[in-house]
Amino acid sequence: MRRSLSLTARFGAALLGVALLAAPGTGRAAEEAPTPPDLDWSFEGIFGHFDRAQLQRGFIVYNEVCASCHSMSLMYYRNLLDIGVSEAAATEIAEQHTVMDGPDDNGDMFERPARLSDPFAAPFPNEQAARAAQGGALPPDLSLLNKARAGGADYVHGVLVGYEEPPADVELPAGMYWNAYFPGHQIAMPPPLSDGAVEYPDGTEATVEQMARDVTAFLQFAAEPRQEERKRTGVKVVLFLIVLTGLLYAVKRKIWADVH
Amino acid sequence: MAETERASGHGDVARRDFLLLAAGAMGAVGTAAAIWPFIAQMNPAQDVLALSTTDVDLSPIEVGQRIKVMWRGKPVFIARRTPEEIEAARAVNLGELPDPEPDEERVQEDEWLVVVGVCTHLGCIPLGTASADPVGDFGGWFCPCHGSHYDTSGRIRRGPAPTNLVVPDYEFLAESEIRIG
Amino acid sequence: MKSSPAFQNGVVKWIDDRLPVFTFMNHELNEYPTPKNLNYWWNFGSLAGFVLVLMIATGITLAMHYTAHVDHAFNSVERIMRDVNFGWLIRFLHMNGASFFFIVVYIHIFRGLYYGSYKAPRELLWMLGVVILLLMMATAFMGYVLPWGQMSFWGATVITNLFSAIPLVGESIVTWLWGGFSVDNPTLNRFYALHYLLPFVIVGVVVLHIVALHTHGSGNPLGIDTKGPQDSIPFHPYYTVKDLFGLGVFLIVFCLFVFFAPDYLGHPDNYIPADPLVTPPHIVPEWYFLPFYAILRAVPDKLGGVLLMFGAIAVLFLLPWLDRSPVRSARFRPIYRIFFWLLLIDCIILGVVGANPPEGWWIVVGQITTVWYFAHFLIILPLLGKLERPKPLPASISEPVLRGGSATAGATSKPMEKA
Repeated sequence: MRRSLSLTARFGAALLGVALLAAPGTGRAAEEAPTPPDLDWSFEGIFGHFDRAQLQRGFIVYNEVCASCHSMSLMYYRNLLDIGVSEAAATEIAEQHTVMDGPDDNGDMFERPARLSDPFAAPFPNEQAARAAQGGALPPDLSLLNKARAGGADYVHGVLVGYEEPPADVELPAGMYWNAYFPGHQIAMPPPLSDGAVEYPDGTEATVEQMARDVTAFLQFAAEPRQEERKRTGVKVVLFLIVLTGLLYAVKRKIWADVH
Repeated sequence: MAETERASGHGDVARRDFLLLAAGAMGAVGTAAAIWPFIAQMNPAQDVLALSTTDVDLSPIEVGQRIKVMWRGKPVFIARRTPEEIEAARAVNLGELPDPEPDEERVQEDEWLVVVGVCTHLGCIPLGTASADPVGDFGGWFCPCHGSHYDTSGRIRRGPAPTNLVVPDYEFLAESEIRIG
Repeated sequence: MKSSPAFQNGVVKWIDDRLPVFTFMNHELNEYPTPKNLNYWWNFGSLAGFVLVLMIATGITLAMHYTAHVDHAFNSVERIMRDVNFGWLIRFLHMNGASFFFIVVYIHIFRGLYYGSYKAPRELLWMLGVVILLLMMATAFMGYVLPWGQMSFWGATVITNLFSAIPLVGESIVTWLWGGFSVDNPTLNRFYALHYLLPFVIVGVVVLHIVALHTHGSGNPLGIDTKGPQDSIPFHPYYTVKDLFGLGVFLIVFCLFVFFAPDYLGHPDNYIPADPLVTPPHIVPEWYFLPFYAILRAVPDKLGGVLLMFGAIAVLFLLPWLDRSPVRSARFRPIYRIFFWLLLIDCIILGVVGANPPEGWWIVVGQITTVWYFAHFLIILPLLGKLERPKPLPASISEPVLRGGSATAGATSKPMEKA
């Protein structure tokens, strides 16, 4: 017994070592920029959930600030219903944007107001137009941003609030800005947030920190709209499995009783 | 062999059987719950469901005009009928119809006819919506593939099609807006 | 539970007379003798079989929604995550299932290394297993390309480019693999076709693997043959219930990842759509390829690295002939046991090396661990076979558990562990 336990224990320790040493992905961004502070988010942890009021505020920030340069093509206007916006309000939001449709019976493309079933209207028709408008830099699509960056929400929030003056010995090229957490520190995006940039209908004060938090939460939702359901289901599944496995162990011991 | 019953006491057997039953029942429930997503994933996805209804604004349609809209991948004819067309539809002797159905049962508002524009014979799209189209001998639609004639209520009058043009589920959201589906 | 060759049910009998599935099942489950002293390291074969079935089920349902075209692949996967009913679950099961398939198989392999499962008469069983590993690696490699993220594209580019190292025909082979002049739509399409096909080839080889196993039966922790019915128990219900319990434990760990950390074993860059004009700062394969990636990069010469990488698997094929010790289980091979652990640590360090850019200390560490890996198989094992003095083996499997201190012939082995 002792021998197999130590085998197990040593193997377990080896596996733990590997998991800690080879933690995938996280190390790399830190080589080129400091790790942003670890913040508390309502959506973190096994019971993570979203504050729908925050998501709606975050959408307002996206819609009024970020959407002028960044597309979010994997989100649909109907997804606004999932963050608590009423169907009427969502339809109205959609109709404020136009999308290209067609060809019509004459063979022409035409513009029409967006519907709930349409994806978020993109600010530019294609990558080349986006680059041309941004001096060659491409504002990335934001649909998956929180999952596409090491550090996730902490990193995205860090970049949004991390603009600072460059160190004295650095000469920034024109059109670049200094950011504490962006890899390499030089970022082509000007600071997108300033106090009071949007007005929240629920009266919350729109400070840079508040807007950064809200839009990051919205981006987290956009990256994986089903994550709350995933975690809720996970709690039920794992609890069920623990009970079932316990029962199976008892059955196993019973059946094996005459062998030992 | 698994004849372990004889080795244990009766109480042990009862407990082992209960355990077995409990574990088996839980396992069965768990397996069923695990299989369900694999079946449910074949049902229409969210984006398909979002396109399951189409809202149509009727205000630009003139009396006597017909339009074609897409709904669930199929064409739908919307006709704003003239009084003559309505009367022609009502005046028909139901006995003459291959698929008898009174016009009143095919419309919610007399003026507005909404039918799926797919011929019930073999699925071609009948002509009659555009103003230059032939409308067949009964003032409605004419299917060029095999010569089915539909009347001003979208009912089959002559030709190989067995049934009338299908009337989809629709509702009036407002006087000049309908939601199909 | 009765198990008799004469089935009572008329329908069962009718079928069995014409196609003896029930006799076969009865033999394989109820009658098939299994050593009674297997420990939990023997669960991992059945776990691998379970994961294979899971991967096929999730794979086929994913295939109902996936589009294998460079313009649509990435978005079709996101559609699965967002719009398809339970799509997120099926996708995360498939994605983490791949990782857990390798976890389970690597443990299964190391079990074999420790207990000498590759030794006569199980050499072919072992080699079939290595074939399964190779097929798994090919399947996983192609599968990772399908979401068409940045790592999908660039990992495919790096690995397919390796074949250009082959002298004379290398470039032609790469063009042939690509179906073009770079990784592009033709490549994606054919990887999809092959990724769908190979798992069924794996199923076939697994069947052969099990047939080979049942020819001589399972090994056991003592490494000595079963001497008679007193050493064995029927597979059902003993090992069916033990396997089910092990499956429960496995599922708990698996579900913790699937539901609470589904992206932990992946790489964020694969959530960026593939861009042939932008190379990620560090191209890394999935974690289960990292040791091989490290071996590949340990050699400065491109062809050398490729040969050594494939060589790392080739030595596994040769293992039954490299390790000639007549003693199977490391329980009775105290020196071999030390080298086993060193090999395991070596493989883990190789994995860490593979995760890091080939700079600074990592280069030296990578070279040392690569040399050690091959030295273990090509130098140490053959030497040990000749020079090691193993501990005395017990007389039989049942013998050590007899109480009252009876037969002590060679009983330096430890008492039986309780399962």
